[in-house]
Amino acid sequence: MSLRTTERSGLPADVVDGSDSLDSLFGVDEPTTRVDRTHLDYLENQSLHILREAYHAFSRLCMPWSMGKDSNVLIWLAKKAFCGHIPFPVLHIDTTYEFPEMLEFREWATQHYGLNLIVKINEEARYGRGISYETHDPVTVTHELKSVALQQALSEHRWDALITGIRRDEDSTRAKERYFSPRSADYAWDYKDQPPEFWGQFTTDIQPGEHVRVQPLLDWTEVDIWRYIRRENIPIPGMYFARDGKRYRSLGCWPITHPVKSDADTIEKIIAELEATRVPERAGRAQDHHERNAMQKLRARGFM
Amino acid sequence: MSAVRTENNSITADRRKLKIVVVGHVDHGKSTLIGRIFFDTDSMPEGKIEAIRKASEAEGMPFEYAFLLDALLEEQEQNITIDTTQIPFRTAKREYVIIDAPGHKEFLKNMITGAASADAAVLLIAASEGVREQSRRHGYLLKLLGVRQVVVAVNKMDLVGYDEATFRRVVAEYREFLEKIGLAAERFVPISAREGDNIAARATETMPWYDGPTMLETLDAFDSSVDADDLPLRLPIQDVYRFDARRILVGRIETGVLRVGDSLVFQPGDRRSTVAQFERWHGPDRDFAVAGESVALTLTEQIFAERGQIATTARAGMPPRTGMGFSASLFWMGPGDLSVGERVRLKLATQEVTARVARVERLLDASTLETQEVRSHLARNDVAEVLIETERPIAFDLHDEVPTLGRFVLVHQRRVAGGGIITGVRTDDAARTASTPGSSSARNLVAVDSRVTFEERARRNGHRGGVLWLTGLSGSGKSTIAATVHRALFDAGWQVTLLDGDNLRHGLCADLGFSPEDRAENIRRAAQVARLFAESGLVVLTALISPYRSDRAAARDVLQQGGIDFFEVFVDAPLEVCEERDPKGLYRRARAGEIREFTGISSPYEPPVAPDIVLPTARQSVEESARALIDEIESQLRFQK
Repeated sequence: MSLRTTERSGLPADVVDGSDSLDSLFGVDEPTTRVDRTHLDYLENQSLHILREAYHAFSRLCMPWSMGKDSNVLIWLAKKAFCGHIPFPVLHIDTTYEFPEMLEFREWATQHYGLNLIVKINEEARYGRGISYETHDPVTVTHELKSVALQQALSEHRWDALITGIRRDEDSTRAKERYFSPRSADYAWDYKDQPPEFWGQFTTDIQPGEHVRVQPLLDWTEVDIWRYIRRENIPIPGMYFARDGKRYRSLGCWPITHPVKSDADTIEKIIAELEATRVPERAGRAQDHHERNAMQKLRARGFM
Repeated sequence: MSAVRTENNSITADRRKLKIVVVGHVDHGKSTLIGRIFFDTDSMPEGKIEAIRKASEAEGMPFEYAFLLDALLEEQEQNITIDTTQIPFRTAKREYVIIDAPGHKEFLKNMITGAASADAAVLLIAASEGVREQSRRHGYLLKLLGVRQVVVAVNKMDLVGYDEATFRRVVAEYREFLEKIGLAAERFVPISAREGDNIAARATETMPWYDGPTMLETLDAFDSSVDADDLPLRLPIQDVYRFDARRILVGRIETGVLRVGDSLVFQPGDRRSTVAQFERWHGPDRDFAVAGESVALTLTEQIFAERGQIATTARAGMPPRTGMGFSASLFWMGPGDLSVGERVRLKLATQEVTARVARVERLLDASTLETQEVRSHLARNDVAEVLIETERPIAFDLHDEVPTLGRFVLVHQRRVAGGGIITGVRTDDAARTASTPGSSSARNLVAVDSRVTFEERARRNGHRGGVLWLTGLSGSGKSTIAATVHRALFDAGWQVTLLDGDNLRHGLCADLGFSPEDRAENIRRAAQVARLFAESGLVVLTALISPYRSDRAAARDVLQQGGIDFFEVFVDAPLEVCEERDPKGLYRRARAGEIREFTGISSPYEPPVAPDIVLPTARQSVEESARALIDEIESQLRFQK
């Protein structure tokens, strides 16, 4: 007699299918269907549910994709939700300050997953007005080259919903987010009067010009993301792994993104490192710390 | 024999995190307790404590644990929590997600947003103030939201000199309240969040009289396991995908277990089919799925399944109930008032129907639980026992039996504005009373403008009226397809009717024969009747041979002049096929000369030149043809807001 165990599975712990043997052991009539649920299973299933609700509710959907680890988990979950398909375009906001290695990954993953990729640059700000890290502060540059670029793409493509990869544990303003978070026609987030959201019923009614941020990873933590990448074997850029005693924990524009000291050159080591650390994930992202409440100001104006 | 784990996660990662909500009256110390728990469990981000110390000094205040959560500028200025915050922490035993729900009355919706997903609740009462309005209101809401594991933390014991008698008084008063609403608290723990007494460490110095568990020990004793597998199957259909030429049903299994080969019943509608297989991309290789799983599956027989239907297994003893409404306990968050009789959208699992509160049975003061005088509307923060009526059948369970199918939300002015749990089925008696002239609901139904427009009908029905004109030879499958589509659309809540040639000829057209003139008159009458029905908002299916192009063109004119959508549906099967089928034996009799002027034999059939829809029934099954027609009706006539 044997207990069958799934090798690579969405519900990866002990799976007992006793159709061949357990009947005799326990004297049951029906095949046993017991599964140890893990927290990752709970998160994955909830994310699939949110993605499918979004696909049902909105006819013009888009998924911004930064090529970062969360973004790639999101791609993976979308493939699961839609049976190997991604039935909406994927948007990369190119700030022109992308790490070359990330751009290489973008090309590879676009082919690998068969993505319908849209690349957007705020050319008016970058080249017209010369907005740059060399001449402006990081909050201004981030707002112009990310938030405004996103707004331009939104009005060009008239999307009514964006699927984002933000998580509550990234910073305290994101902690207060909703799975379906409506944004006004001027892209503002009214965090003081958010609609209620419970029992899996989301805000899907919007007026023309408004859009909804759909956030399937809201309940995931940084270490959940890594444990899931390990479990599912999800491709990610190599910059997350330590080289010469340093690694990137969070990736953004190269002038304002700094590596942390680390010897974690495998996923195992990264998980061990995160389980021990108390340094916040975005400590290496300068725009967050430029001034008091920088993230709140950025996010109220449309930053993800 | 040993089960091998396929991943070597640490123990804590191998189980669900416990979600805890912290509620209670404003200023009874929620943020401080959470800050203290974070501090005591070593969960604070590096640098945060130093930042809080600096912020406290800048404001000229003593060090505050509460500042950890009050990260937004506005909150620090007002020292209140304005929205639900979720932050993880861990004890030696497991990982937690802590939800801080604000206590201010106007932020009720945020508390509900937080508390509805919690596995357990901490309800705070300040010993120095005792049981207050929101202590009771929040207790009652926990009951309504279905949170069953509750610990009551009697906080600020330091402010009452750690007095045991004060603690006992609070416990006695609140326990009585909880018993009244049918909620049992597992524990009452005397604490001081600010001083750290009985949070992580026992306060043997200050409260030697208390020998129960600490806050963290109490939390660790709570249970995160779900026994939803053991309930009967409930799979609300979320969507139907057509990927890779397959029809794939998706949804989350709310309760029960589903296996390949299970025969399913879809409610409302009572359609049946069997699970062919699960569609998983990089998923587990299993022929079953369990509660909580978001699944995708195919069926062995194609049936009319759509979002909103609840699939259950035929073998489960307890099917969901279906009906046009139910009794419920309702909480109303607003912002606007809800009038009795006012139309709102009701969402239950993936179902969405127009509904109204037909009657308020009892209006409760959620603080005192005393019955208030019943009004003709519900105002913000009201809790009431109500009778809900829906405009089409929905499937549901009682909350006590299957919680996830026994709760719903109401959408008012484009916003989730209320929620409730289902406490009973609707009785006919109750329904009759509600529609009695003079009752408040009936008064609201009297429209200011008495003219009922086509648009209004479409809005209520969720679809426009229209005519699907099926034409084809006898035996081509018109009547069978029309009857199948009729049934499926009706079950899905559509207003639909069927005009069958045979039935028309028995009554309305009994005086007509089969000459070209009589055939023309037959079609004219059918078209006029179809127009009346379609103008009343119905989808009309006609199953008439209607062999002449000129007659069908005349029918199209009649309907299009009335502004009605008309679709000519060619049920296309070669004469040989129809003659071979010969379901009524008519071809045999026509060949034998027993029937004169029989279409295809002794009378011409003029196939459509440019039909709107073609159903090649010689090449596809009745179900496939019906499916194609339903898809067309869906895309053409479903009402777009």
